[in-house]
Amino acid sequence: MFDKSQQVLRLEALRKSYNIDQPNEIEVLHGIDLTIGRSDFAALIGPSGSGKSTLLNLLGLLDKPTSGELYLQGKPTRAMEDNQLTAMRGSNIGFVFQFHHLISAFSVLDNVLMPLMLAHGKPNKLAIEKARELLVAVGLEKFIHSKPGQLSGGQQQRVAIARALITDPPLLLADEPTGNLDTRTAAEVFELFRKVNKERGCAILLVTHDPRLSAACDRTINLVDGRIESDT
Amino acid sequence: MSFFAKRWIEANIAISFLREGRMQSLMITVGVAVGVAVIVFITALIQGLQANIIERTLGTQAHIRLLSPDEVNKIAPVAAGTLQLVLEDKRAQRLRSINNWQQVEATLDQLPLLTAVSPTVSGPAFVRRGNALESVVLVGIDLERYQKIIPLAEYLVSGQLRVGADDVLIGSQLAKDLGVRLGSKLRLETGQQNNTVVNISGIFELGVRELDSRYVYLDLKQAQSLLSLPGGVTVIDLTVEDIFTAEEIAEQVARLTSLKAESWIVTNAQLMNALSAQSLSTNMIIVFVAISVAFGIASVLSVSVVQRTREIGILRATGATQQQILNIFLFQGAFFGLLGSGFGSVASYALVWVFNTFGPDLFYIPVSGNLVFMALLLATFTGVLAAAIPSRRAAALDPVVAIRYV
Repeated sequence: MFDKSQQVLRLEALRKSYNIDQPNEIEVLHGIDLTIGRSDFAALIGPSGSGKSTLLNLLGLLDKPTSGELYLQGKPTRAMEDNQLTAMRGSNIGFVFQFHHLISAFSVLDNVLMPLMLAHGKPNKLAIEKARELLVAVGLEKFIHSKPGQLSGGQQQRVAIARALITDPPLLLADEPTGNLDTRTAAEVFELFRKVNKERGCAILLVTHDPRLSAACDRTINLVDGRIESDT
Repeated sequence: MSFFAKRWIEANIAISFLREGRMQSLMITVGVAVGVAVIVFITALIQGLQANIIERTLGTQAHIRLLSPDEVNKIAPVAAGTLQLVLEDKRAQRLRSINNWQQVEATLDQLPLLTAVSPTVSGPAFVRRGNALESVVLVGIDLERYQKIIPLAEYLVSGQLRVGADDVLIGSQLAKDLGVRLGSKLRLETGQQNNTVVNISGIFELGVRELDSRYVYLDLKQAQSLLSLPGGVTVIDLTVEDIFTAEEIAEQVARLTSLKAESWIVTNAQLMNALSAQSLSTNMIIVFVAISVAFGIASVLSVSVVQRTREIGILRATGATQQQILNIFLFQGAFFGLLGSGFGSVASYALVWVFNTFGPDLFYIPVSGNLVFMALLLATFTGVLAAAIPSRRAAALDPVVAIRYV
């Protein structure tokens, strides 16, 4: 199936500055070295302003580092063009955001299929079947043809997780995925991440403020002032 | 992935966005529809009007008239180095026959560019009845050939279409001025002391007062003898297939025959000027309406890009390329154009129908399928063009910023 020791992501001396060459230039990340393996279930924690979101954007290839190198599945990404980055992102990384971010004009099923449709056009039977299975796995088989607006926050977040998994990515990035859910729903969503990590062999990195959540993860990466203070 | 598979999802997202923003889409579509309806209606109206004017003008004229070249004074050449001062009186242009016209006619009959060739002889005369004297233009025609130039049968109001053996056709206004009717006798007097008495066999009405009070059609041979041009013709009338090529064909025929060729375009320069000024103003209206439609689409899409910033960010994060985002908004522009022009075309058909049915009834406006097709094409293209700037902005959005946009 998959090699548990396989590296999904490796960061080497990654730096990120904003407002380059302007008086208010500021370096947010001061050289991050980090490796994430295929079976990791890690939490990225740290106070506000520590650079968590910046790091997450870099990991997700949504943003480019100022210096350093980021290897995704062993491939260096810094020199890539926007189109290549988009393709890498599309096939290797699943995103789950705090505000679930579904596209309200499309049904739940189409939202889950979106990454495949963007990459390959009209979905075939196989793809649709896979999306259904994922929706069954997250417990939303009843809402396949509903619009996201008709779902509760927890349900929408589960749709977002199903969407993130449709491309079988080796890495799932989640930014405060339970941030605006009540405790019980948050626990359900967390369990879902657990299941995904174990059953699909998908490395998971959660950015969170919630100490209970980070405590439940296998690994905790603590980011303070743009440096990794601890990684246990 | 094939080209169409890629376009499929872009078009789908574009349509979903349009359907979700229903009110916005409806309003801009109505805006485009109104613009397109105006363009199609005005174009059809002006085309109909111009076609009607030209038809009426050419109903009583040949497309090209071939005449003898003007007579000019021949000035003796002078030795080199000599300055010659000439005071010259231009020559009076006497009525004279086209040289060798039978051969010219036979040659022109072979030309596929021409649809009819009709030799005529025309010159001035007086008509006398009692004490009344009217100046007229004698037009000697070969009726069969002349009918192909001007369909006299359509203009005949009474009597028979017959010339020859002292039978003539006169205009309705002349008949009224002289108080004559069918079968009445008229005395024709030309300057050449050739007088004759003729019968009125038919009365026509061309609808142009000047012609109706001046023209007297008679047999070619009789006119030749009255005008002292035995065996000669003064004008060869021609018609062509496409009236707007008349000038070029006139030039060709002039070169071929070394005669003077006047096309209707030159002899009706005023009319052509008026028509082209009219076309210009129509085109201005079309351009400005198209521009305002384009700005409408552009502004709606600009707002839409802002409204959809977060969704653009989500799409980018789930694997949409910049090109795909660009295309999604270009598609929206195209759909606005296509949809609006579709409704607009239907509306313009309704307008034309109302005009044709309840309008002033002066002329009929046809709406060609071609015009509607062009309108659809133009509006869709305008939509895409108008979408260019908002689309580029959408594509250039930083996904990190876009996704956090609330």
